[in-house]
Amino acid sequence: MMDARGLSRRFGGLLAVSDLSLTLQVGELHAVIGPNGAGKSTLVNLLAGELTPTEGSIWLNGVDIAALDTERRARAGVGRTFQRTNLMPELSVLENVRLAAQVRSGGILRRADRVRPPIEDALAALTRVGLRGTEQNAAGTLSHGQLRQLEIAVALAGQPSVLLLDEPLAGSGAEDAAPLVALMRDLSREHAVLLVEHDMDVVFAVADVVTVMVDGRMLARGTPGEIRASAAVRDAYLGHVVA
Amino acid sequence: MKSATSRGNTFLALAGLAVASMPFWATAYHMQLASTALILSMFALSLQLLVGGAGLVSLAHAGFFGLGAYTIYLLGPVSILISLPVAALTAGVAALGIGALALRTSGFFFLMTTLAFGQMLFFLFHDTPLGGGLDGVFIQRPDTIWTISKAQRPTVFLLLNLSVLAAMYAGLWLLMRTLFGRALLGIRANEHRMRAMGHPVQRLKLAAFTVAGMLAGIAGHMAALTDAFIAPDLLGWHRSAEALLAILLGGIGFLHGPILGAFALTLLEELSPLITERQRLVEGAVILAAVLLLRRGLAGIGR
Amino acid sequence: MQNAGVSTFLAQLLNGLQYGLLLFLIGSGLTLIFGVMRVINLAHGSLFMIGAYLAYVVAGWTGSFWFALPAAISGGILFGTFLEAALFRRFRDREHLDQVLLTFALILIFEEARSILVDNQFHSVAVPELLDFSIPIVGGFAYSAYRLAVLAVCLAVAGLMVLVVERTNIGASIRAAAENPEMVGLLGLDARRIHMLVFAAGTALAMLAGALAAPLQSVYPNMGDGFLILSFIVVVIGGLGSIGGAFWAALLVGTIDTLGKAYVPQLAGIAVCGLMALVLLVRPSGLFARG
Repeated sequence: MMDARGLSRRFGGLLAVSDLSLTLQVGELHAVIGPNGAGKSTLVNLLAGELTPTEGSIWLNGVDIAALDTERRARAGVGRTFQRTNLMPELSVLENVRLAAQVRSGGILRRADRVRPPIEDALAALTRVGLRGTEQNAAGTLSHGQLRQLEIAVALAGQPSVLLLDEPLAGSGAEDAAPLVALMRDLSREHAVLLVEHDMDVVFAVADVVTVMVDGRMLARGTPGEIRASAAVRDAYLGHVVA
Repeated sequence: MKSATSRGNTFLALAGLAVASMPFWATAYHMQLASTALILSMFALSLQLLVGGAGLVSLAHAGFFGLGAYTIYLLGPVSILISLPVAALTAGVAALGIGALALRTSGFFFLMTTLAFGQMLFFLFHDTPLGGGLDGVFIQRPDTIWTISKAQRPTVFLLLNLSVLAAMYAGLWLLMRTLFGRALLGIRANEHRMRAMGHPVQRLKLAAFTVAGMLAGIAGHMAALTDAFIAPDLLGWHRSAEALLAILLGGIGFLHGPILGAFALTLLEELSPLITERQRLVEGAVILAAVLLLRRGLAGIGR
Repeated sequence: MQNAGVSTFLAQLLNGLQYGLLLFLIGSGLTLIFGVMRVINLAHGSLFMIGAYLAYVVAGWTGSFWFALPAAISGGILFGTFLEAALFRRFRDREHLDQVLLTFALILIFEEARSILVDNQFHSVAVPELLDFSIPIVGGFAYSAYRLAVLAVCLAVAGLMVLVVERTNIGASIRAAAENPEMVGLLGLDARRIHMLVFAAGTALAMLAGALAAPLQSVYPNMGDGFLILSFIVVVIGGLGSIGGAFWAALLVGTIDTLGKAYVPQLAGIAVCGLMALVLLVRPSGLFARG
């Protein structure tokens, strides 16, 4: 369980995130929506450890992790995907995921081919996201939709308790999106999932809780139904009713 | 980083045998030249662990090479069984210390700081009495050497250097196949993502830097033993640049690239004075050609 | 005698400041080029050498040293513009390894070109007659007028640079480009123009430093080598892209190096590198870097 309280992040004169609190629990998919510039990416980076908060605290299973950097948070069980695909294109699909799975293996001087657990974990993650069969291909040869799936596989391979999904559908068409949506719902059963997304239909279909951010602050929080019905949210963001 | 294909491995093995057979057909001069090429190969190979292995371009490497060389001078005549590990250890410890500081930076800063640290080691042996003088010193070889006749020395050193290079290559070949080696390659491919995965990137880079430094120290040790004369300019950053050139010439993407590049460079240095006196022009032109034209290096030809 | 010791110290201190200011001319160009264009140039020290030899040649032709300075400046601007357009514009996109080797090749080519156009000899350059005397400063201590003039010129250049960078529009563009090189296009700035300007200025500054130094240390092959390493240290200590940082760092490094060479020559080089190590330990982004 991840618990963020009163998070703020300042960049010079700009307050990108202001006094934001949220809780992520296993079994729950918590979506964060908001117009461009609302601070959603900054929030993800704060939770993942890429940025340190100017104010506020972050707790993971009761431990204060605000001072931990990205590496340590990842090892503590915080996995994330990137909005812009951030992988190793020249390496094989399997290797991309195996590297993530390898982190928890000791004995770093053992021959990689012979250490089975990271390979098994990697294959399991690839199966989970639906990429089994592409292992030997160079990651750079995958289609866009497959790359978005690979992003998730890499995050999964580290066996995280918390999953931060940063616009996993970015750049995907409807055809690519469908398997990803099913996957996200599936993942939320065993992980505490945070989903940052623009596609409203997807969000309302998979989320258990929705937080609306505007100008770095939380505007509203509730179930998808409540958010859809909220006039304030509609005015600030949705523009017109999504019936 | 790719290793040689089986065809390439066969070529390497045959080349190794050809070198080993030199005592039967080559002159003493050519055997010494071969030793020079073998030692440059070791030096460039040690740097390849950083460049091709982890994506770290360091200009401090000649400093560790020189440390290994000067260790023999400072130890005096002892058995190679002692001098070699001591040289490796000294260079390794220096690499650990310098790496811990230099790796706090990245990109340009890393390049600049390794340049300055390399020069610091140069100053250590050039300005202080530690190095025995800025013009260089003669090495007192271990007593066992004197039991070998002068005529046989080039042969002994040739085979010795060939063995050390072979062992170094085999060791790195195995290392790149371990989880550690894969992690380094991951860092070279995308360091940011490796961090996000949870890899202790800093520690991995430092380990690579230290091992590479140790191997450079071994190369320097062999150089001192073979040439019996060392000078502070062994530690100058120009030498680091020369090793980088060997790597580029041979192909940065291949583990055996530095060996091909080192031999090509040594050959070039031998032959070019026959064409022109203007050595710097030739070297400059070779570098320009290598960088601008040779896309994948000598090792990449025919792939 | 007490006075002799103090005199020597004052002389060395002033020498150190003057050396530091020359180092600033070289280092400021380097830090801007690094900061704005993100390109490595190992041949920057060679520009110092080129400026010095140019001064020697021009002073020889014209019989007067005074023509050497404008020659170095204008030559630097032209040469820098040419280098940027012909080479460095293309180098920018290349890997670090390529940039290191390409600019290393430039060092060799510059040395060889100088060898062909001039020679490989050591030459002394006469201090201009007008400044060939000593100015009494304090007590029995007198300092070379030419050296003081060099100090003054460097300070004037530094002042001019600060003015341009802090008070003009183009200066603001350069500052912005140094802080966010990737965003230059998005910020609506003309990257091409800024790069050309920065590279030309950096080249001119290095060549000017060489010309100014010619009467002081004579001209000889590879004379830029020492400055190259020191200027890199200045960039690291001062912070990438920071002219103010380069200024203070250069004074610090120049003084430590000069005093070191005067009093503990064996440790001078090590000390300067050690200073850089210390800075990296405490503040990896540079002592004077913003933020």
